[in-house]
Amino acid sequence: MNPATHLFQAKVSGARRHEKWVFALFRFATYFVLFCGLGVFLNIVAKGSRTVFKAEAPFVNIAFLTQAPESLYLFEWEGQKREMGDREFRAFKAAHPAAAQVPTESYVYSAGGIFPCIVGTVLLVLGSMVIALSLGVSAAIFLIEYADDGPFIRFVRLAILNLAGVPSIVFGLFGFGMFVIFFGWNVSLLAGWFTLAFMVLPVVITASEESLKAVPKGFREGSLALGATKWQTIRKNVLPYALPGILTSSVLGIARVAGETAPIMFTAAYVVRDKLPWEVDHWSDFFFQGVMALPYHIYVVSSKIPQNEYTERVQYGTAFVFLIIVALIATLSIVLRNNLRDRYKW
Amino acid sequence: MTTRPPSAFARSSALSANSPASRLSPAVTPEVLVAIDHVDFFYGATQALNDICLQVEAKRVTAFIGPSGCGKSTLLRCLNRMNDLIEGTRLSRGTIKIHGVDIYQRDVDVIELRKRVGMVFQKSNPFPKSIYENITYGLLLHGRHEKKHLDEIVERSLRGAALWDEVKDRLHTSGLGLSGGQQQRLCIARAIAVEPEVILMDEPCSALDPVATAKVEELIQDLRSRYTIIIVTHNMQQAARCSDRTAFFYLGKLVEYADTRDIFTNPTNPQTEAYVSGRFG
Ligand SMILES: Nc1ncnc2c1ncn2[C@@H]1O[C@H](COP(=O)(O)OP(=O)(O)O)[C@@H](O)[C@H]1O
Ligand SMILES: [Mg+2]
Repeated sequence: MNPATHLFQAKVSGARRHEKWVFALFRFATYFVLFCGLGVFLNIVAKGSRTVFKAEAPFVNIAFLTQAPESLYLFEWEGQKREMGDREFRAFKAAHPAAAQVPTESYVYSAGGIFPCIVGTVLLVLGSMVIALSLGVSAAIFLIEYADDGPFIRFVRLAILNLAGVPSIVFGLFGFGMFVIFFGWNVSLLAGWFTLAFMVLPVVITASEESLKAVPKGFREGSLALGATKWQTIRKNVLPYALPGILTSSVLGIARVAGETAPIMFTAAYVVRDKLPWEVDHWSDFFFQGVMALPYHIYVVSSKIPQNEYTERVQYGTAFVFLIIVALIATLSIVLRNNLRDRYKW
Repeated sequence: MTTRPPSAFARSSALSANSPASRLSPAVTPEVLVAIDHVDFFYGATQALNDICLQVEAKRVTAFIGPSGCGKSTLLRCLNRMNDLIEGTRLSRGTIKIHGVDIYQRDVDVIELRKRVGMVFQKSNPFPKSIYENITYGLLLHGRHEKKHLDEIVERSLRGAALWDEVKDRLHTSGLGLSGGQQQRLCIARAIAVEPEVILMDEPCSALDPVATAKVEELIQDLRSRYTIIIVTHNMQQAARCSDRTAFFYLGKLVEYADTRDIFTNPTNPQTEAYVSGRFG
């Protein structure tokens, strides 16, 4: 063994070696997570972009984004394999009567696009966001600013926390029993909004409570000392500063919940619907119609119809579009937060 | 003989100077604005104020001094009922009258009270809004919206707080961009914008450097002709420099209350003497 040449001479000790191994393990765990995440993500992007993008101008598959789903027809015509959507095939048969006799294979939902699903999901997200934010922020204000911290309030908090642990399918059933059956709203946007909103409420309330608590006491006292009422203080001198935090967490929570299939399965989603949501006779019908939705559509095309290469296109295309929409919502919430933050910095 | 109707803070029906509440109180001399009479105050079970009697005179600077935890802030916050915000507090005995009106009686509107009795906090708390919005905050609450009027008051208040020249070119930038001393003067400007009669200051200079402190003290001298100022301070020199009257508190009791000159040169109570000469506290 070499004698130490100076005071801080490096030594190989058991503790050092142990540390190396432990950190190597942590590093491996991190890379593994990264690898899995990237795997899922790249798989969807790779397969989905084949549906969503095209090689020739305009490079985006407009039909996929703007049309309703149709059945796909496959047949041989004059020695060539042809693929046609429902409407196109009917026009083709009208032009070539002989085509009616050709043997065809058909695949449901494998042609056309997913426009109604995009619309439905956006509507579901927006509506549940409005409901969850108004209910959640109000409840948080009450809990933080008005309620005395008694046993009842502690019970309410506990109940809210427990709500966060309820599986989404249970929320779906609750929404079904409550809104669809009991309130008689049927399978409708309204029922879906409330079911999703209730599901995301714990997130919104907790985020709002945290954000409200983070606003320094001095702002409240300063305002009250100027003769503001409690509500004026909250509205003008607390809520604006808490809003960035509330919005970011809530919108992210809602975006996540809007991706759930279970809660809308019984409450809001239709397998297929010909009319777009705004094609209603009376404006009030708008709230009482079911809609198609991206997550439910993925579920339907992945498990409810025979699988083949044609349905795979729709599955991955839909998943890809869905990811993009969720990413857009998240980006929007972060931009919004940054704007608000710049206005009210402390 | 009050300068304003005694119903100043009454929520609904006017409360006459001869109401039972004020008849029971000792005679109010004309210059007394705040009359604190045998006040006991509790935080839950702990008593913070014990039998405080003290009369604050109008348009004078009154200093509260005493060692930490002796109840100076508590008494100050009783005067605009900021203690109401803390759960479990109560003024269990005695009365506090402003203009002869008991501010703890049932029909007092605390909003009205706080408009009349402004407050500057130990930790300066400008709102994260522009300087202009900080000043107009209180005015907008009380329903004054005309732009020209607001501009005028912003200038007047900032001049009043000796801050105008330093910030007149950056009125629409955040109040948080100011230095510590400027922030505290902004808070003073914000308080005087709503034209209170009394300004309560709780150790307004404790977080400031000597130069900023000097400026705030100078400002207090300017303000004394128009406002009744009550200032809590840890700093004996500050009390000696700025105030007309000084109250010395110890362990929740008022030990001595006299002209500042007398407190510092000729205290009657040995505890006061020990404290002002720096032997404890
Ligand atoms: N929010 C509170 N809850 C309970 N006790 C308090 C509270 N604020 C102050 N006290 C107590 O009341 C006493 C007086 O406090 P305070 O008025 O802040 O003293 P000072 O301002 O003279 O330093 C102290 O003993 C303190 O512990
Ligand atoms: Mg204090």
